[in-house]
Amino acid sequence: MARAVKPQRKAINTAVAWSIGLLIFFPILWTILTSFKTEAQAISDPPVFLAFDWTLENYGIVMERSNYARFLWNSIIIAGGSTILGIMIAVPAAWSMAFVPSKRTKDILLWMLSTKMLPAVGVLYPIYLLFIKLGLLDSRTGLVLVLMLMNLPIIVWMLYTYFKEIPGEILEAARMDGATLREEVIHILTPMAVPGIASTLLLNFILAWNEAFWTLNLTAAKAAPLTAFIASYSSPEGLFYAKLSAASTMAIAPILVLGWFSQKQLVSGLTFGAVK
Amino acid sequence: MATQHSRSAARVMMAPAVILLLGWMLVPLSMTLYFSFKKFLPLRGGDLGWVGFENYVRFVTSSAFWPSVVTTLVIVGGVLIITVVLGVLLAILLNQPMWGQGIVRILVISPFFVMPTVSALVWKNMFMDPVNGLFAHLWKAFGATPIEWLSDVSMGSIIMIVSWQWLPFATLILLTAIQSLDREQLEAAEMDGAQPLARFAFITIPHLSRAVTIVILIQTIFLLAIFAEIFVTTGGAFGTRTLTYLIYQRVLESQNVGLGSAGGVYAIILANIIALFLMRIVGKNLDA
Repeated sequence: MARAVKPQRKAINTAVAWSIGLLIFFPILWTILTSFKTEAQAISDPPVFLAFDWTLENYGIVMERSNYARFLWNSIIIAGGSTILGIMIAVPAAWSMAFVPSKRTKDILLWMLSTKMLPAVGVLYPIYLLFIKLGLLDSRTGLVLVLMLMNLPIIVWMLYTYFKEIPGEILEAARMDGATLREEVIHILTPMAVPGIASTLLLNFILAWNEAFWTLNLTAAKAAPLTAFIASYSSPEGLFYAKLSAASTMAIAPILVLGWFSQKQLVSGLTFGAVK
Repeated sequence: MATQHSRSAARVMMAPAVILLLGWMLVPLSMTLYFSFKKFLPLRGGDLGWVGFENYVRFVTSSAFWPSVVTTLVIVGGVLIITVVLGVLLAILLNQPMWGQGIVRILVISPFFVMPTVSALVWKNMFMDPVNGLFAHLWKAFGATPIEWLSDVSMGSIIMIVSWQWLPFATLILLTAIQSLDREQLEAAEMDGAQPLARFAFITIPHLSRAVTIVILIQTIFLLAIFAEIFVTTGGAFGTRTLTYLIYQRVLESQNVGLGSAGGVYAIILANIIALFLMRIVGKNLDA
């Protein structure tokens, strides 16, 4: 039984938590606000919080100058493609590990996780060289492949922990009724696994969207996603805070909203099911 | 009971993932090993023959090596301490009854979804810039001289930026763990006269230790590899060159592939030492 909480206590909790929450969120809020200012207002001292002339011109300038749509499209293709491909490869693997475990299942799972710990920079040149040889440098196909392989261990793990929670008896009953493996996967497992697959999809889309080692090092003009688009603002000319803010807001807004919707599934997904 | 048939089917279903990951691991790894024993300068003569362990010796004896190891450990350690300590406190706070809990949660986890290049650039320019940054305005308002954040306190600044990105992750996981804490146990302890501090130390903290371990494990994997945060802020200057960044510079900036590959092998060994230690913990959790 939860005890009744004194209203004063609740008010204090609320005040403290909201202050800290707003403090943590402030850099994002400030970026969004600055994106609607003029460049002069963006650096004014003392800073203006809300009382400025709201303008959309920065968004126009950024879109016009840098062909934002192409970077956005590259991000969608790369993050979406690598996630979907990864899930297609991981579902059968995770299924068999969850329902037909062998003595080596645990070792395989841990080994997969260990490949995730391999520092990317340790294999930077080989991948770079292979990309040149295969004509994949600065191509979306190449990045889809690399990000898929990079996130595959996480995808397998997430699906494995979701699948483990599906009661095995249901599958045994289906087997008794003469269902084949294929039928089992398509008609029984898949519907029950849809929520797990959906949160795996969402989380890995977010991870791939924000990935900034391979996307910065393996792309140039053609296949560069939003991470590289933003990085191009690191050597600025003249006043640029408002434009940087507009570009940043456009790069993070879609994923921020997706993230808010996915926060419930986030924890079990990110901890490989170890924290629920 | 799994039949022989389902076992072989299971093997077939596992094969694509296992083969792909094996290839992803072995092909580049053996290439890195191969290059690490060669003098290989793609832009200045290409493959200049085998040199034995020369690259390995040169990499560790270069003046940049040990500082980069220290930098890496300080950043990873600093971020871990900040995010775990603040994460525990925030999780306890967020678990208290309050109005608008859902909105506060959204505010707190948001930084996790911001791409690294954005958060690094926003912090670098709009907050830490010594002339136009918000911190500079704030310092001037109090009559103090603005700090050159990314050159004078470069490590602190990087740790702060990365901690801001990872605090939401720690908080969210620890909050979930706290919510699974048995209320009755806490209340029983309270009835037996345990003080709040004692309840925290003997019930809450032990309950959280597993979640803390997991937070440390997962964050370490990602923190060892941070790149964009350094790439767009200091570019490795002012003592912020991590091992990852040093190798990146050797390979892509100075195009000394042999030397960089030897560095890569060191990075892999370092990561594996940490991974081995952490794997044991995850392995135990798998049995549970």
